[in-house]
Formats: sequence, C-alpha cells, structure tokens
Amino acid sequence: MADVIGSALKRHEDIRLIRGKGQYTDDMKIPGMVYASMVRSPYAHARIVAVDTAEARQVPGVQAVFTGRDLKDEVGMVPTAWIPPDSDMKMTPHPALAYDLVRYAGDAVAVVIADTPYIAQDAADLVRVEYDAMPAVTNPRDAAKEGAPLVHEDIAGNVAFHWKAGVSVDEVFNKAEVVVRHEFRQQRLVPSAMEPRAAVAQWNAATDELTVWVTTQNPHIHRLLMSGMLGIPEHKLRVVAIDVGGAFGSKIACYPDEVIVSWAARKLNRPVKWTETRSENFTVTTHGRDHVEEVEVAGTKDGHIQAIRVKSYANLGAYLSTAAPGVPTILFGLIVNGAYAIPYASAEVFGVLTHTTPVDAYRGAGRPEATFLVERMVDLYSEAVGMDPLAVRKINLIPADAFPYTNPFTLQYDSGNYQGALAKALEMVDYQQFRKEQDNLRKQGKYVGIGFSTYVEMCGLGPSEVAGAVGFQGGLWESATVRVHPTGKVTVFTGASPHGQGEETTFAQIVAQELGLPPEDIEVVHGDTAKIAMGWGTYGSRTTVVGGAAIHMADQKVIEKARKIAAHKLEVGEDDVAFDQGLFSVKGLPARTVTFQEAALDAYLAWSLPKGMEPALEGTAFYNPENFTYPFGTHIAMVSVDPETGDIELMRYVAVDDVGVVINPMLVEGQIHGGLVQGIGQALYEGAEYDDQGQLLTGSFLDYAMPKARFFPKFETAHTVTPSPHNPLGVKGVGETGAIASTPAIVNAVMDALAPFGIHDLPMPLTPRKVWQAIAAKGGTH
Amino acid sequence: MEESLVPVTLTVNGKAIAREVEPRTLLVHFLRDDAGLTGTHVGCDTSQCGVCTVLLNGEAVKSCTVLAVQADGADVLTIEGMEEEILHPVQQGFWEKHGLQCGFCTPGAMLTASYLLSTHPHPSEQEIRESLDGLLCRCTGYETIVRSVQRAQEIMDERRESADRETRAI
Repeated sequence: MADVIGSALKRHEDIRLIRGKGQYTDDMKIPGMVYASMVRSPYAHARIVAVDTAEARQVPGVQAVFTGRDLKDEVGMVPTAWIPPDSDMKMTPHPALAYDLVRYAGDAVAVVIADTPYIAQDAADLVRVEYDAMPAVTNPRDAAKEGAPLVHEDIAGNVAFHWKAGVSVDEVFNKAEVVVRHEFRQQRLVPSAMEPRAAVAQWNAATDELTVWVTTQNPHIHRLLMSGMLGIPEHKLRVVAIDVGGAFGSKIACYPDEVIVSWAARKLNRPVKWTETRSENFTVTTHGRDHVEEVEVAGTKDGHIQAIRVKSYANLGAYLSTAAPGVPTILFGLIVNGAYAIPYASAEVFGVLTHTTPVDAYRGAGRPEATFLVERMVDLYSEAVGMDPLAVRKINLIPADAFPYTNPFTLQYDSGNYQGALAKALEMVDYQQFRKEQDNLRKQGKYVGIGFSTYVEMCGLGPSEVAGAVGFQGGLWESATVRVHPTGKVTVFTGASPHGQGEETTFAQIVAQELGLPPEDIEVVHGDTAKIAMGWGTYGSRTTVVGGAAIHMADQKVIEKARKIAAHKLEVGEDDVAFDQGLFSVKGLPARTVTFQEAALDAYLAWSLPKGMEPALEGTAFYNPENFTYPFGTHIAMVSVDPETGDIELMRYVAVDDVGVVINPMLVEGQIHGGLVQGIGQALYEGAEYDDQGQLLTGSFLDYAMPKARFFPKFETAHTVTPSPHNPLGVKGVGETGAIASTPAIVNAVMDALAPFGIHDLPMPLTPRKVWQAIAAKGGTH
Repeated sequence: MEESLVPVTLTVNGKAIAREVEPRTLLVHFLRDDAGLTGTHVGCDTSQCGVCTVLLNGEAVKSCTVLAVQADGADVLTIEGMEEEILHPVQQGFWEKHGLQCGFCTPGAMLTASYLLSTHPHPSEQEIRESLDGLLCRCTGYETIVRSVQRAQEIMDERRESADRETRAI
C-alpha cells in the first residue's frame, strides 16, 4: 500500500459540501422556532436615556422584546479569557445587552423575537431608543492621550494594559553606528468569513439542558464561557458546530449574541435562531490588527542588525474580546526579531480601548504584525546602510546550525534552515537578472520592484504550561479518541474544530497510515461537546500540529492493545509480533498473520482475550505539546507600478514555505493560497476606516475592498521540509503562514519599485490613489 | 405588516413548488425557507458576494437580488439539482482540484462556473478569473477555483467525446 501520509487525497468533507448538504448553523430549522433580531446603537458612544419597546411589541408575530435591563441580573458579563501577566490588565465589563452606556456603533441594546426573521427585523426598527450622544475616540494613540473621551469610566487613559518583554536595548542603541526609526500603521482589517455568524438555541425543559448550535472555532471554550454567563452547568450545556463557513479568528470569541438567544430560548421555552446580516458582521464581529507601531533598529554600517525596539499602541476596541489581550502581546511582542539573529530586542505594548468594534485574532493574530515590522525594517535598514536587502537578510538570518535557537524573548525556535528556503526561492527567481531588467525599465519610465519576506512564525498553540504562564485562561493541549468498531471501521473524535481546513481528510490520512486501513473506513467527528469530552478548538495553526499528534498517540494505544490480542491469537509473545500496513505477523514467519480487523473483532467478542484484558478496542489520548512549532520560509513578490495611475500589478509571487512534514500537499497548498490572498489583501486593498464620530465608513462589501480572482497571477509555491523535532508527526502548521509572510513581501516590492521617486514607505493599503498622490508629491514622472 | 400573500409557482431542480409568499420575499429566502433547500447560502446584504448564485432560466443570478414573485413561473437550478446520475462536471472538478475549503461560497461558485461553461465552453484562465468577479471567496485564494473550472471543462469534453463514441458505436 502506498503511503497515505503525503498523498493529495480528495477531501472527505467535499462529498457533502459540493452537493449542498453541509450543515451550517443557519440551515437549522426546528419546529416552533422563532427568530431574533438585535437593536444596535447607531452611536459609538452614548448614554441610553430610554428604550421604548411598546410599538415593537404590538407587531403581529412578535413574541417578545427584551432590553438590557431584562438581562442585567440574569446573564453574566461577556468575559475575557486572556490576561497577560505583569500588565496590570483592567477588565472591561461587557453586558450582553447594554443598559446604561453604548461604547461602539453596533453595541446591542435590545432584542426582538418573532415568528419570522422579516417580522423580527421590522419590529426591531420600531424599538425607540433615546440616546445622549457623547464624543468618541477611534485611534489608539489618541485614545491614550490625556483628555481623550473614556471608553470605560474607571480605566484611566483608556489603557487596558501595559505589557513589556525582552531585554534592555538602550546601551546598544546609544553606541550603534546606524539607527533607523520608523512608524507603521498596521491597519484594521475585517476578517469577512463568507458565512455570517449565527446561533440557534434550544431549551429542553424536561432535562434542563440547553443545546446551542453556533458558528464557533472552539465549541468547548464556548461551552465553558457560556456556562459561566448563563449559570447552566457544563454537563447541561451542549455546543455544536458542524459546518462553519470560514472564521479566520473571528469565530473564536464568545459574543453577546449567542448568549442572548440562549437566555431567550430558556425564557420563552422556544428554539430561537439569530443570524447576523453582513452589515452586522462588519460592525459587530471582531476585527483584526490595528496597531500604531514605533520601531527602531540598531546596526553596524556593514549590515549586522544588533537590536530592535518596538513600542506599539494596539487598538482593542470598546471591550476586551475573548482572546484579544494575547494577540498584540504574546503572539506579537515575543517574535519581533523575526527570523534574524538579532541579539537584543525589546517590546512594549499599550493595549488601548477605543469606541470601535472589539479587535481579536485575525489570521496570523500578532505574528503578521510582528513579521511586517521586522521585514519592513530590514529593508529600511538596508537602504540606510546602502546594501542590498537580500544581502542583509543573508547576513542576519539565524544560521541552520543554531537550532534550537533561543530568541531574545526566550522563545525556543524548534528547527529551521532559513538559508535552505531562501536558496530554493532564489532558484525560482533570477534575482540578478531582475535587477538588470529593473534598471533598463526605469530608463524607459517603467517601474518594477522586488520584495522579500524571509519569515518565521510561532504556531501549533501550544504548551499548556506556557499558556498558563502567558495568561491564557485555558489549556492548549488536544484530545483524540480513536474508536475501532468490531468490523475494523474507525470513528475518530477530535477536540479540534476544523471549519474549512480539511482535517476530516487529514486526520483520516494519519489513522489510515498508522493503522493500515483504507481512508474511507475512517470517519472524523468534531464540533460537538456531547460527542467529544473536551478540546480547545481550531486557531493558531494548531489543528494538525496538536490535534493530529493526539490522534497519533491514540493510534499507538490502539495498536498496542491489538498487538497483544494478535500475539495471543498467534500464540507468541507480543514482542515477537510485527505490525505493518494493517497486518500483525510473527517476526520471521511472515505467513502467520492476523489482520487488524480480526484483532478488532476479537476485542469486541471477547471470547478469548489475553488474561485480564478488558474488551473493546479504542484509544484516547491527550497531547500536550512541548513547545510551539516554528514554520518559516521565503516569499518573493514582483510588482510593477504604473506611475500615471498608481495601479500596482502583481507580476509574480513565489512562496517557499517550510511547514515541516506535509500530510496532504493539496490541502497545504490551499491553505497557503488562501493566506496569501488575505495577506496581499492587507497590503493592497483592505482597510477598515472610521470617521471621528466612530462611524465605520467601510461597512459593506461595497466599501471594503475584498480581493477578487482577477487581482492575482498564478502563485508559484514550493516547500522545504524541516520536521519539527518535538512533534510526533514532524508537522509545523500551515494555516497562517501565507497571511503572515505575504504582506511585507508586497510592500517591500512596491517600495522597491518606487525607490527612484524617493518614496520609502506608504501606509497600507497601497491603493492606486495613495500611490499616485505619493508620486505626484515627489514631482511625478515629468 | 403581513399583507396579502401572493401565490407563486417555481420549478426548482425540476420539481414544481407552489407557495404563498409575502411579496417582499427574496428568492434566496424562498429557496431556503419555503422550499427547504439550504444549499443556497446568504453571504451579504448588498448583492456583492455571489454565494447565493443560482441558475434562473439557465442564467446565473444572485438570488438575493430577485423577489420570489419575480421568479414566478421560472425554472431554478440550485446546487441540490446539479448532480444527475453522476456528479456534474463542475462538482467533480471542484472536488478533484480542491476548489473549496469551508464550502460556504461553493454553491455560488459552482453555479457561476457552470453558467460560464454553458456560454463559453473553452474559457481562457483570464476569462475564468473575470467570470468570478461577482463572487467572493475568503478561503481558497481563487486559484484552485480556476483550476476546478478548467478541470470541469476537461470533464465536459471527455463526457461529450465518450457520448459521441457511444452514438457512433450504435
């Protein structure tokens, strides 16, 4: 049998999805179900004077209207689940429905529940809310200034936390030959999963149990948090997420909406469904990024970078969302030295509250922001010392013999060969030839540029001890049960919760390889707290790394028990039994065999098991990783800029990624492509903008530029393989690499193209207008 | 607000479906809620994302831009009606070439692709990319969708050739 691990198997989940038989939350229909619509504040900052629900209640078909006062004493505050240590973090009490103050445009103040969604929306428009509007602040650095309007009255200066890491770099900077300083605006992004969020709650009055179908990346975390808010014990609360239509971090958080419908379902004893509109998704579902960063690099005149110092103002929005405080601190600050052997580094982060939509994880979550600033600074430093950015990268990349490498923040990069990935990328791109052509084209008034991103990231979240040490209020291990049925078919239960990544297939490949079974004999179950005892979900490129490793461990338990059964049947000692490709055989006597299926049947019949052995055949394992994993690689972008219009054309994009062992190359390529388009989207197209009243100006797909198919050339992807030494499968994680690496590669390429104009940096997104204006300001092409 | 209901009859995936609906009912809501066909999804409220695309009398339309009453008497094809005895070439192409990840935009992507191939049997890569202009996919980066459409076109050609061979054999 050919190896299943490493083969481009077609996806198991597609069998239902290409037929329209997926089960997304909004597809749920339960007899007697009623529909919720939220009444949301149009103001970013206001005091609620009065809420008049009388007219809405009179609409035929309206079942109930609830306001913040109705929930106040019955539903707990929406919690934050990440408290960075030594940061003096202040909690931001977040009522599910606001009852005194609204703190961003979109904050919910009432809910209407009606027989149909149309009636619920009509009646929601008839809820009269009187507001006393107040000044708002949206920019994080402005919000931290004296006299800025306060988001929470008791949080001075709007600073929710102040976090520092690293070592003192002052002396290095004082003595440095070259110091480069720059400020970056890491703009706010809207994650924009194509499936809007939704929740369906059903109360069972006979058993006092609540079932909630919800668009989540982590049903067990949802269960834990909602249990606290609703006062329903975990064993009476079931959270289900079967098919989730993309998330990218925006479905990690526990939101008010699912808590409101859960409370209402119990109150009304009716199933209640809520599905957000896209407009609500823009204003309410968590956003990503949004930092103002002051960055300094110290180095020698001959290209050796000695220190990096980062001070960042992270905009967290109006409330601290579930994982929000961890994103701009631990997942950002600890890796700002990137893939470079920079001996000294420090990071300081102000977590700032503003009158905007809460910000939480978005694909890469912290690591794109870190990668962007270090990759851009390498280019700006190269320019300052008059060296080629490729040469500077070669000087400063961590050498292959330095692994495991401890960075200035004490992270231990597990394994790597950064030069290897760079060399492979340079095989695909003739760099010297490009430079020659670039010179020739410039003489003709044509501007092309090349940009590098030689990145590393940390993922596979993560060791639970570290989770605890950095203030994450949960574990980060993963669970797996491999249940072998009497006929040798297998059901795998995972605590990870894939939602498009394809682990129903990847995980089946792991089990198929290890137990020697056809992949079609294996079913992977995820996303249901009633079926899976515990798990921590899918985010941080952890599913295959941590969840896959748990399955590997469970497989070993199954094999060891089955080996004992086979040995008993073969009447030899278990040490004399080999297992290969689904067959147990006596070592040296290959003709004497027991199939895996025969062993499974024996385990269930239990007619003749080894003395003292329990019947049945299944393995359960809980894998707690030793370390994070550190994927890396080299991305190269080539662009041309039309100086007459400011238009940027992406000519070529080369991505060489090392994500460790690849289980399904087709799925890995898909993850990289998707990440690239999101990362390039940030560089060129996407950006959420607020006006100074806190109104989101980019609140629909008409105003927020989502990447489209015609914007891109064919991507050129390749791999090097440096297995993770501590992961049993050698995998490193691939979900976020594309989004992490690509943004600076593009901006570096555009700035390289614009160098003849004396343009060194522009804020993202690099829209044609911005580029054209910058060229015009430098005197244009004439 | 529940004014008079209006009777409509649509042929959806070859079956007549007669219902009384509010005049403002969108076709996509008719399909999902009245016809129980939840394979067609709703991804936005400004007719930008294209995930609700269906074939209306053979033409690709965003079913959130059409009222059910406007579609009275029409033929509608949704994702649930694509497969006949075997998978539609577009379904097969998307499966083979990893044209979907979360699957949410997939119904719209596949019906857009099948409309393209019905009007342009041999599109260039650029034509395929431009035909997807009305579709937003956040997972795939689009390239595998392009490959899926190209593969679907090959499968269509293969099936046509083999049908021709069978006809000749008879």
